[in-house]
Amino acid sequence: MSTPQDWTPPTSAATRPGRDRPGRDHVVAGLKGTDEGGADLVQLLTPEGVRVPDPRFDSYAADVDVEMLKGLYRDLVLVRRFDREGNALQRQGQLGIWVPLLGQEAAQIGAGRAMAPQDMAFPSYREHGVAWTRGVDPTDLLGIFRGTDHGSWDPREKGFHLYTIVIGNQCLNATGYAMGQKFEGKVGGDDAEATMCFFGDGATSQGDVHEGFVWAAVYDAPVVFYCQNNQWAISEPTERQTRVPLYKRAQGYGFPGIRVDGNDVIACLAVTRWALEECRTGNGPVLVEAFTYRMDAHTTSDDPTRYRLADELELWKLKDPIERVRVHLVRSLGVEPEFFDDVQAQADELAARFRQFCVDMPAPAPDRMFSQVYAEGSPAVDAQREEFLAYHASFEGAS
Amino acid sequence: MAVLTMAKAINDGLRAAMERDPKVLVMGEDVGKLGGVFRVTDGLQKDFGEQRVLDTPLAESGIIGTAVGLAIRGFRPVCEIQFDGFVFPGYDQIVSQLAKLHFRSQGRVPMPVVVRIPFGGGIGAVEHHSESPEALFAHVAGLKVVSCSNPVDAYWMIQQAIASDDPVIFFEPKRRYWEKAEVDLSATPPPLHSAQVARPGSSLTLAGYGPVLKTCLEAAEAAVADGHDIEVIDLRTLSPLDLDPVFSSVRRTGRLVVVAEAPSETSVAAEVCARVQQECFHSLEAPVLRVTGFDTPYPPSKCEEDYLPDLDRVLDAVDRSMGW
Repeated sequence: MSTPQDWTPPTSAATRPGRDRPGRDHVVAGLKGTDEGGADLVQLLTPEGVRVPDPRFDSYAADVDVEMLKGLYRDLVLVRRFDREGNALQRQGQLGIWVPLLGQEAAQIGAGRAMAPQDMAFPSYREHGVAWTRGVDPTDLLGIFRGTDHGSWDPREKGFHLYTIVIGNQCLNATGYAMGQKFEGKVGGDDAEATMCFFGDGATSQGDVHEGFVWAAVYDAPVVFYCQNNQWAISEPTERQTRVPLYKRAQGYGFPGIRVDGNDVIACLAVTRWALEECRTGNGPVLVEAFTYRMDAHTTSDDPTRYRLADELELWKLKDPIERVRVHLVRSLGVEPEFFDDVQAQADELAARFRQFCVDMPAPAPDRMFSQVYAEGSPAVDAQREEFLAYHASFEGAS
Repeated sequence: MAVLTMAKAINDGLRAAMERDPKVLVMGEDVGKLGGVFRVTDGLQKDFGEQRVLDTPLAESGIIGTAVGLAIRGFRPVCEIQFDGFVFPGYDQIVSQLAKLHFRSQGRVPMPVVVRIPFGGGIGAVEHHSESPEALFAHVAGLKVVSCSNPVDAYWMIQQAIASDDPVIFFEPKRRYWEKAEVDLSATPPPLHSAQVARPGSSLTLAGYGPVLKTCLEAAEAAVADGHDIEVIDLRTLSPLDLDPVFSSVRRTGRLVVVAEAPSETSVAAEVCARVQQECFHSLEAPVLRVTGFDTPYPPSKCEEDYLPDLDRVLDAVDRSMGW
């Protein structure tokens, strides 16, 4: 295990007179916010926007200066903005479904920004924020939900695998990939790599996740299992999946498990950096439980009012992942309002581009379904395609 | 030339593939030190090391699921499922990931993975050790499915399957593992996805694959005494099927009996029958018949002689077809 170095928050952080308090809109998070997740929760930025020291993980956030934090804030806001646009596009019939990430922006941006270009991510289907950090344009996500493709980015080029919809499958795929990294000697050296596997609290009941833990452990695979515990698997709360806190399961498999405040982007960044370092230096795997909350429905087809109380959502709103960064930027770091206005303008611009791209997307040609079923082709599929095209052609000229 | 059992032929084929390409891995339960419960991977770990011949944890979904990840990384894993009836924990990964990733990624993520499955009965085993689940894989788009019936094909087909950029489910007839044949190691094999005429003839066509091929050849030999000149076709590839040799045979013989160990309903044999009636309708002198296992779970092994298509049941079907 590597030894995290002690780190003291820099005292030079800008706390100019008159700017050390947030405006009225910004303090709501500070009024009732409480910590959740238990005593073991790693938190570096409280819901009230206060940077708190952590002797174990501060060194992994030592470079988070005002500029970097502004960048993270921008990530959070832009990702939330296009996520909201996804919901709207579904409501307007432009998407068949959208899978909102509302509330999980920090968990995803923190983890994604901890990754190096050579690392590989295996997402579930809600990882729009991780996709953003891997350079996948948000418009590339639309085809999945509009029904024009199953993911149009190049997984190897982006270091971001296609969305996996069957719950938990990707934990084994990620583990296998990480085993390959190890077999190729990409652990321990200057060119070390690691793999990130993203899944949710519901997935932890799947056999594939358990098998992934077993395999990763016995092969010392450099994989970070990053569980976003958003408290709900559609309608089922986490207590329907487990008796023990999820991060504690790791101990039984023989590797470290840690719980981080999933609404704290600095903590998610620091903990994931530590976990990736463990993997790159040969101490993998690691389980990270990002303790967060799904603030919206499971998907646009879901109705959470049938199974959870509005009070719960109200409580979690006080722990919003974006507000606390904003409060910290304003109150502790003295960032001017112009910055926030600028980010908002960028977000609106992105949303407009996202929307326009969506409504302009052409439907795939009918014979798309025969495309790339096999790498080396298949006479059976080829024959069906020809028959299908001839059938289509038979209508040409018909009224 | 070398005289090889089928088990040794596959072993030699695996070895040749591993020597040719350092990205080829062998993985499965007990495939390393033990050499597999049927010894098909015997000696490979000793020669190629533990990072190329992996004794895996005991979990079939894990075997397939990590093989998928290794393939994404650029490896060419050859997975062994210990027995046919144990593949089902891995079926989800096979159907949901292995079969679909090439299509889902529109060709960006090929899946050059081979899943070897010893299949079929006739070895007096307990439950779940004698099944013929090939139709469950042939029905899945994105997979290719083959079955060898003899040491010569076994040697070549395993190498061709490993060289394929598509996922191949490779069914090995376990009761034929110890059958011997001369294998010409310098020959040029036919394409993987091709059916082959195993015995030419003119009065009736027998089509089969895997363990029953030998039964078909014995039936053809026995039928000579009755004056029948039977053509035997080894289907070899179950997905995609290569039925042109069957069509041209049936156009000459007018009669077809399809033989398989698997249950008959919704089976590979059923697909052969349907396609032959479509393509050879005017050539048929008799209905296409099937000799298969029954639509029951595989029985206790003391009953398996009656379950498996044997010489008598095949000849009975030949008589019915000829007498139509």
